[in-house]
Amino acid sequence: MSERGATTRYAERRRRGGARPPWGLVPLAGLALAFLVVPFVALLQRAPWSSLGQRIGDPMVTDALRLSLVSAFAATAISLVVGIPLAWLLARADIPGRSLLRAVVILPMVLPPVVGGAALLFAFGRRGLLGGPVYDGSGFLLPFSIWGVIAANTFVAMPFLVVTVEAGLRSADRRYEDAAATLGAGRWTVFRRVTLPMVAPSVVAGAVLCWARALGEFGATVTFAGNLAGRTQTMPLAVFLALESDRDAAIALSLVLIAVSLAVLVPLRDRWLAA
Amino acid sequence: MPITRVSRLAAASLLLATAACGSDDDPGRAGATEPSGGQAVSGPVTVFAAASLTDAFGALASAFEDANPDASVELNFGASSALREQILAGAPADVFASANTANMDQVVEAGAVEGEPEVFARNELQIVVPAGNPGDVRGLDDFADPDLLVGLCAEQAPCGQFGRRVLANANVTPAQDTDEPDVRSLLTKVEAADLDVGLVYATDVRAAGDAVEGIEIPEEDNVVADYPVAALSAATEPDVAAAFVAFVLSAAGQDVLASYGFMPA
Repeated sequence: MSERGATTRYAERRRRGGARPPWGLVPLAGLALAFLVVPFVALLQRAPWSSLGQRIGDPMVTDALRLSLVSAFAATAISLVVGIPLAWLLARADIPGRSLLRAVVILPMVLPPVVGGAALLFAFGRRGLLGGPVYDGSGFLLPFSIWGVIAANTFVAMPFLVVTVEAGLRSADRRYEDAAATLGAGRWTVFRRVTLPMVAPSVVAGAVLCWARALGEFGATVTFAGNLAGRTQTMPLAVFLALESDRDAAIALSLVLIAVSLAVLVPLRDRWLAA
Repeated sequence: MPITRVSRLAAASLLLATAACGSDDDPGRAGATEPSGGQAVSGPVTVFAAASLTDAFGALASAFEDANPDASVELNFGASSALREQILAGAPADVFASANTANMDQVVEAGAVEGEPEVFARNELQIVVPAGNPGDVRGLDDFADPDLLVGLCAEQAPCGQFGRRVLANANVTPAQDTDEPDVRSLLTKVEAADLDVGLVYATDVRAAGDAVEGIEIPEEDNVVADYPVAALSAATEPDVAAAFVAFVLSAAGQDVLASYGFMPA
């Protein structure tokens, strides 16, 4: 009886996610948490609370925030549409040089973003590999526009989605897909009805990472898309420039960015990732 | 930083070339390459210098190290405003060279400067266009052309403040497509022809060589930037910091600066 009771209690605790940690983990986890949290506390302690409301209402701030949100969501959407197929290819398809491809996909995560921005200019700038012919033909130019901001964000952030979804695909149990195929489902149906739902948590986690990375993007954006208030100046760019002239404004902007990220990330985590 | 190393290398070779020319033309100048203090110093010195000083200070650092074989110069370039913030936040800087007096004044007010800053060079602005002038730029009026890709420095950087003053002097309201964080990033975009026109220092136009063309700004519209330098009170090796500042102000230092197009203080 007592043994059975213990098993049940253990199972119960596990269901609630309340496992008792091995003793050695707690101080290390505390150290990690403190390292991540202390800078934010320091930021809050320096915040110009009395003038915060007035600073946040500044059109420069609202413009930058709007641009940051629009471009981060757009980059995430683009990454979902083309990044999930890429993740599938990397995880499942029998393609030559796959490890090299995987390395190429991770490259933007390793590259200093400023270098990424320069590479984007070489590719899509007015004299760029692809940008040159397009500009000569149609007059369309990615840099110095919101499209340039979205392109820079996507370049830097998409690898986070691809890598996360690929890991999900590789650890997913392929027998379900095989079963669906045996039962007559076409490859597209298997992908849509079996594979995608199975890796949904990875897709959401990847999208969150991608969005967060895009929201904080600085180097590639300023190098590729430039910096103009109302057109290409995202929150990180505004913060960077404000740091040089008005530190209180920079802190206020950072707080807005943090608040917005938390407002998006916390509900998402609860809904999708706690399950 | 690799970029700094490369430009320092290039600057050093250029300096060698100019030094060689100098001694050929005028043997009396050979004596001027001795640092003014005479006594060689030893130890490290970290110099925070405005982005527009990138090439000139690369050469100055090499010349200083040649004159003081046991000294080593570490260079950190950026917008003067960014460097000022770093210094005020306690960055390990021994010498500060700013592209305007306003940023230096703030460092002085914070009590971070040893002694008095001294103006060591002056610079004026020039219109810069990519080689071949694809936008067919003629003068300051073109900064208002919405069809051109126009770049300025951000208002926070000295080149942005000077640039806006020049345009205001000429009664031009710019239709800029970007406010670059510092003068070098603006120059890079013009060099690559990603922008049709920008406003940078005359020395930057000179440094970019054949990649760009400079267009003179009418004297009555132009502004002149004063570059002050000072040793910082937090310097780890005060005598090396002081020696570097003295070297910048010495005849040898002034020759190097002049070779990069800076006007004498």
